[in-house]
Amino acid sequence: MKTTGKDIALNIFTWFLVLVFFFPVFWMVINGFKPEAVASSVNPSVIFTPVLDGYQTAMERGIGGYMLNSLIAASLSTFIAVALAIPGAYALSLRRVKKVEGTLTFFISTRFMPLAAVILPIYIILKNVGLLDNVWVLGLLYGAINLPITVWMMRSFFDEVPFEIVEAARVDGAGLYREIVRIVLPLVLPGIAAAALISFIFAWNEYFFATILTSADARTAPPFLGSFVDGRGQFLSTLSAAATMAALPVVIAGWVAQKQLVRGLSMGAVK
Amino acid sequence: MSKTRAITLGAGTLTAALVLAGCSGGSDSGSGDGEDVTLTLATVNNGQMKDMEQLKSQYETENPGVTVNFQVMEEADLRAAVTADVASQAGQYDIVTIGAYEAPQWGSNGWLVDLSEPLGSDADYDLDDILPPVRQALTVDDKLYAVPFYGESSILMYNKEVLDAEGITLSENPTWEEVSEAAAAVNTDDMAGICMRGKPGWGDLFAPLTTVIQTHGGNWYDEEWNATVDTPEWKEAVTFYKTMLDESGQPDPVSYSFNECLTAVKEDKAAMWADASVAASLLEAEDSPVAGKMGYAHMPVDETDESGWLWSWNLAIPETTQNQDAALDFVKWATSKEYQQLVGEELGWSLVPPGARTSTYSIPEYEEAAAAYAPITLDVISAVDPVQPGVNPQPWIGIQYVSIPEFQDVGNQCAQMIADYIADRSTVDEALQSCQAVAQKAGDAQKG
Repeated sequence: MKTTGKDIALNIFTWFLVLVFFFPVFWMVINGFKPEAVASSVNPSVIFTPVLDGYQTAMERGIGGYMLNSLIAASLSTFIAVALAIPGAYALSLRRVKKVEGTLTFFISTRFMPLAAVILPIYIILKNVGLLDNVWVLGLLYGAINLPITVWMMRSFFDEVPFEIVEAARVDGAGLYREIVRIVLPLVLPGIAAAALISFIFAWNEYFFATILTSADARTAPPFLGSFVDGRGQFLSTLSAAATMAALPVVIAGWVAQKQLVRGLSMGAVK
Repeated sequence: MSKTRAITLGAGTLTAALVLAGCSGGSDSGSGDGEDVTLTLATVNNGQMKDMEQLKSQYETENPGVTVNFQVMEEADLRAAVTADVASQAGQYDIVTIGAYEAPQWGSNGWLVDLSEPLGSDADYDLDDILPPVRQALTVDDKLYAVPFYGESSILMYNKEVLDAEGITLSENPTWEEVSEAAAAVNTDDMAGICMRGKPGWGDLFAPLTTVIQTHGGNWYDEEWNATVDTPEWKEAVTFYKTMLDESGQPDPVSYSFNECLTAVKEDKAAMWADASVAASLLEAEDSPVAGKMGYAHMPVDETDESGWLWSWNLAIPETTQNQDAALDFVKWATSKEYQQLVGEELGWSLVPPGARTSTYSIPEYEEAAAAYAPITLDVISAVDPVQPGVNPQPWIGIQYVSIPEFQDVGNQCAQMIADYIADRSTVDEALQSCQAVAQKAGDAQKG
């Protein structure tokens, strides 16, 4: 195929966009290896003697415990969201239940409400039942928050499954459980992986609830990163090092699931 | 039972089990004698607090069975988390770090333990050693609701070499006119004459700007809580601030606050800077390129004798704590003279928390380590008046803020309006009229 000038221009533009989006991440990573004075300098510097001070400080402040809490909350929330979204989306797509057909818009509309609007009632309820500062409750809340978007995504994946396959399974006598688990889920597995990863990332990065609803035991990585932001000093290097460490699990998960993710995210793209 | 129902039941049971399993989590925080006690302390992320976290093991060693759990947060997060906790009486924290802005309000609301008696009756603690203006700012109706861990005022910092090269000598109590002329004289393409905060925010732009307004005769409210933002004094002060920044300030001032100006001065991008007194210790730090080159003066004035602000980070005990005795004991330790000695001996004398105790400034090792800035810091903090910082009396205690709950919002909104004016996106009259309306609403709420 002949390469045209338009293709070259598109390539250059694509690379430009990639660099624009990647640059802040690159800068964060190299800032983590700079001495504090170099990291906060107004004259940005790419050449420097790398140090591990930022990483050492983040480790000394106990980043491991905060990341473990993030892992528990994000994993639990992803499990809840996916486990409930599969039957929910199924009822909205392949096995339509008449009475709940209109609920799809309602589902997604719950995402329109800002979290700040619900924090106070949730805080008071958790306080009264003694469940503040509890990482499992945080995971449960994240699961509830991410459920609508997961249902929405899953539904579009289920819509892609040829209905003839489902019909054939039913004719062969498959019950609902077998129809979902044996027939449909293997077909939409990449989609489930994509939805699960997005749900995991949302929960991993959640800041607001984690700051207000936790104190000593359940605090997660995002508010811990926020603790390096100081109006009376410069901790850019430590902040960058801690942020790099906190981003690693998500990057690794995305990299491992890359193949499934690309297939999953493109599932609903071609009609 | 159908498989569908079995799946639903299974998922429900699992969720309930996870939640119940979570219920058993959390730290034990016994309160009785002989029991282990875990104190949870919410604090702000600054150098002094991190030093305390580093030294808490000394306290834990001296007090077996007591564990102090630090929760370090960014300032805005700390405010949000601690306010929610204390206001709803959730009792998650045994000790909280609060600013001078919150202490009188929360104390009046009955949210904090009155520390006057337990600290005042302990001769070893020496409550009278706390710097009087700082103590005054934390006291309501003779009740002390928090004790300072660290305090600061604001001062003028200038690069002596740069000013000397132009033959400029600043007095110890300069006027703003004198300072703006000096800034214009040393301003070059490579170095701003002066760096001042312009970033929108009640704690950013409005910290220095309120003091400039007060020394020009203005203030936020009169004694009857009528907003006085649309007065000629405000207009004169705000116009002066912008003109000085336009003529000899740093480029793009609305993106500058403390950290940005600190970097600019360190890297010879600004010759002068009026900001928190704690900045001096950072400019004189061993790794600072301008250490030994800086001169320090009182915050510039116009109509008043002093124009420095007053801020302190303080330790307070919420009424809801189950561990009041243990919390009080730790607060005493962390704000004692002995703790200051410990910081000096273990971490270095220049790191002793400043601005809290008068006796700090008599420690020979500290006097030597902080010789460049300790005397002026003590002078300024001792001289400011949080009861009447401006020309006219005011119905609240505080200098660069108004001690009412609405002020954070008022300050943030007005700071955005003034920043728009500084960035030439509006006029001074537009900015002040809009701010007046916002401030008046908050003022009306105090009248009832």
